[in-house]
Amino acid sequence: MVPLHYYLLLSAILFACGVTGFLIKRNIITIFMSIELMLNAVNLSFVAFAARWHVLSGQVFVFFVMVVAAAETAVGLAIIIAVYRTRETLNVDQVNLLKL
Amino acid sequence: MLHLILFSVFAVIAVAGALNLLVQRHPISSALSLIVVMGSLAVEYLLLGAEFVAAIQVIIYAGAIMVLFVFVIMLLNAGVEERTKGSKVALILGFPAMLVGGLLVAWVLLRAPNVGSVNVGAMYGPPKAIGWLLFHDFLLPFEVTSVLVLIAIMGAVVLASPVRSRFSRPQPEPERQALKAAAGTEPAHEETVTARRSS
Amino acid sequence: MTLGTFIIVSVIKIVIALFVLLTGVAYTVWLERKLVGRIQNRWGPTRVGPFGLLQPLADGAKFLFKEDITPPHVYKPLYIAAPMIAMIFAVTSMAVIPIGDWVTVAGVHTPLQITDVNIGLLIILGITSIGVYGIALAGWASNSKYSLLGGLRATAQMISYEVALGLSLVGVLILSGTFSLRGIVDAQAGTWWGWLPKWNFFQGQFVAFFVYLMAAFAETNRVPFDLPEAETELVAGYHTEYSAMKFAMFFMAEYANMFTVACLASLLFLGGWHGPLFGPTWLQEILPVFWFALRVFAFIFLYIWIRGTLPRFRYDQLMKFGWKVLLPLAVANLVITGLVVALRA
Repeated sequence: MVPLHYYLLLSAILFACGVTGFLIKRNIITIFMSIELMLNAVNLSFVAFAARWHVLSGQVFVFFVMVVAAAETAVGLAIIIAVYRTRETLNVDQVNLLKL
Repeated sequence: MLHLILFSVFAVIAVAGALNLLVQRHPISSALSLIVVMGSLAVEYLLLGAEFVAAIQVIIYAGAIMVLFVFVIMLLNAGVEERTKGSKVALILGFPAMLVGGLLVAWVLLRAPNVGSVNVGAMYGPPKAIGWLLFHDFLLPFEVTSVLVLIAIMGAVVLASPVRSRFSRPQPEPERQALKAAAGTEPAHEETVTARRSS
Repeated sequence: MTLGTFIIVSVIKIVIALFVLLTGVAYTVWLERKLVGRIQNRWGPTRVGPFGLLQPLADGAKFLFKEDITPPHVYKPLYIAAPMIAMIFAVTSMAVIPIGDWVTVAGVHTPLQITDVNIGLLIILGITSIGVYGIALAGWASNSKYSLLGGLRATAQMISYEVALGLSLVGVLILSGTFSLRGIVDAQAGTWWGWLPKWNFFQGQFVAFFVYLMAAFAETNRVPFDLPEAETELVAGYHTEYSAMKFAMFFMAEYANMFTVACLASLLFLGGWHGPLFGPTWLQEILPVFWFALRVFAFIFLYIWIRGTLPRFRYDQLMKFGWKVLLPLAVANLVITGLVVALRA
């Protein structure tokens, strides 16, 4: 028996770590990974809620989140490659112009 | 009791991995710690009985998405993250913001009335039941995601293909060429050569 | 079965499985050298023992006693961890593979499988997809251009072919309706008209089998898809900087992966351990294992045969083949299988 609070707390801590990573990291790839961490944290609370109220839809939602995350990763990494090709840097502070 | 112990062990591993992601300065170390987080989350799913979600978590997240990340880090040869003025500002503002946000969420969660607890394998999620839900109740969202994935694939191919492919402008306009030639850079020389050859 | 018996039986099974797997790996190397030798009109190993049968032992001893060189320019933690990751995940996937029916040994009725989980196939897919990290990290941590290129190639190749591999298995899953490997094999029991076995291969999954076979070659980095370690271009690919036991670990991981995909092919497409049973009871309990081993051996033989026959693909050919031939084939097979099953129901 684990109180639902614990799962939610774990999820919240992971989400906060993701937000922090998004804020403090300067490498565009690491920032992107922080977003993935946030998505993972949300997934955990979905599954925990599904288990608490015995509704399977929560797990199906996780499935959708994963598919969207996969699509997002494919496009995001392609954008990162394109950015690196034109700017030759991965530091977001140096990617501050909209044109070449 | 065993459930609580297993939960805590893997929760600690997950949080440690997430913190390591923040602390490490090389992207590949961050990626590896994120894989650890995902693995321990898969175990948490298993504890809740969501075996299909756990397997998918390992296959899609750890096995495909993170491999893609590692691949791009290797491809771009990303080095150690540089410290800039922006990162200092972010460090000063980011950690307190996280602390405040985290405490706020924890306070709200712990103040809420007792929402109950979950057992080991509380919501057993066999693949068959999930498939049934997915193709009956969630059929439209499922189809919409498939379109989304298709668009994402095409977008990724177009974005990652070389800049001077036939999809983008084939030749730079003359003024630009002249500008570059005036600057005397190496590519400009090449361009003038090709321009001369074509004219 | 009490908890005590369960633990003892499990430990015994794990030890036996590990022993059989590692011995199998060692002797597959011997078999490969022998067969490729004969294909190329040579003898292969002959000096150590009769027919060179002790050669694997000699090789093992050599790997153990060689100097373990760590080049100065590597990123050490990952450099050391990479072969271990590759090896561990290659061996772990054996845990859910059944090699035969239920047997009764010393009064204990147990399946010939370390553990029977109802998502066994997904577990194998997950473990093999994690195994990519071993190679990718080896390529990156070695900090050398050949290793990096090998690691990059391996990663791209494995991600690409994993899609086709996974899709080719869906047809089998539709037919049998379960993820449990034992359940899939049980669904293939029996025959049509008394002679044609109801293997998934004969149930119309031959296209899927072809796609699986090709994708499996690419996933295990074997000829003709061994671009990650193409010796003519990349010295040795991702394990260029490795020596002694670390290199041996990559080597064993590759062959253990070969065993995994061979077992999976036999289980999913060729009816697992089903075959004619005859003789006394003890023989009837052993025969399924023999039939299964025969199929796995046939696959390993095919692997080696192809290695001795085909040249290596070019990298763009590899990618084109994966995305433009195998993937559409797998999708078409999936659609047709789904249609047939839906119309039959």
